[in-house]
Amino acid sequence: MFRQVNPAMKLSRWTGSERSHRPRIFPCLLLLVVATCLPVHAADTPLKFDDPAQELRYQSLLSELRCLVCQNQSLADSHADLAQDLREEVHGMMAQGKGNDEILAFMVQRYGDFVLYRPPVRSGTWILWFGPFVLLLIAVTAAVRFSRGRNRGTAQVLSEAERDRLQKLLLPPTDGNS
Amino acid sequence: MSRYLIPLLVFIALVGLFAIGLRMDPRRVPSPFIGKPAPAFDLPQLHAPGQRLTQEILRGRPVLLNVWASWCVECRHEHGLLLQLARQQQVPIYGLNYKDPRADALRWLEEFGNPYVISAVDEEGGVGIDYGVYGVPETFVVDAAGIIRYKHIGALTEKAVNETILPLLNSGKGSSERSGP
Repeated sequence: MFRQVNPAMKLSRWTGSERSHRPRIFPCLLLLVVATCLPVHAADTPLKFDDPAQELRYQSLLSELRCLVCQNQSLADSHADLAQDLREEVHGMMAQGKGNDEILAFMVQRYGDFVLYRPPVRSGTWILWFGPFVLLLIAVTAAVRFSRGRNRGTAQVLSEAERDRLQKLLLPPTDGNS
Repeated sequence: MSRYLIPLLVFIALVGLFAIGLRMDPRRVPSPFIGKPAPAFDLPQLHAPGQRLTQEILRGRPVLLNVWASWCVECRHEHGLLLQLARQQQVPIYGLNYKDPRADALRWLEEFGNPYVISAVDEEGGVGIDYGVYGVPETFVVDAAGIIRYKHIGALTEKAVNETILPLLNSGKGSSERSGP
């Protein structure tokens, strides 16, 4: 399952990897070299704000938003083509004076809650927000019960006959020899 | 007895959870557009750059809106299926040519065949953003009232077409609010 927004994949057309399965080393090496250079190039089109406060707001907004192409990266980190477009979008909206809420709403309207690294608390996200605490509660309860059960296991109650025997072993005989 | 049973149950529950997790594709993010009107656009047509295409074209009967590009390798995998749907006249397919130079797009259609009634050119990708496109190809099912009913992410498969898309289109025909021409 490779769906790409990244035109870097255009390269596969050059090398003809679709058609011939004969390994050709030079195109492969070229591809490798180019592939390692592309992300650097993509990241090299930074959008800046002159005002440091605005720049800080811009960066914090980008780090709150997930890049849907490479899902474990934020818009700030991702080199995907779409991430660059969305950075421009955020930059443009900030330049128009739009607030954070408006910008986040713009993203959620298009990509859903998934685009937010901190999704809102609602019935669909309860498992996400409260699941870990429920698991912790279960684990603590289980641990407490387990350790209690263990203590009870070692402190066994003696039967009548055993107690008599213990008595005999510990105490000196009571008939008048001593 | 429960001393062995509980860990076993926990283990089975975990295996079940992981089994479900492994079958899910994290890339298939539910689209927030389902049940909402197709977002507005106004773009030049691929074959007739002087003419425009808007979301109005999607209304009147159920249609597919397929997002494609000549640089997209997966698009080739679904292309045969789109051509087949077009040939059988099962549903009108409109194309959204995403971030693609016009010449490349035209050459690509010439080479592989053109299943689209009309393709719109979204060279900057702005309409793609309005439609929440994050990977090409994507296919939207739009009903007669212009409401998005379904979105398929990635190359279409025969299974998806036969089990999801065609039934949706057929059910849409019955309840269409506007009668076709």
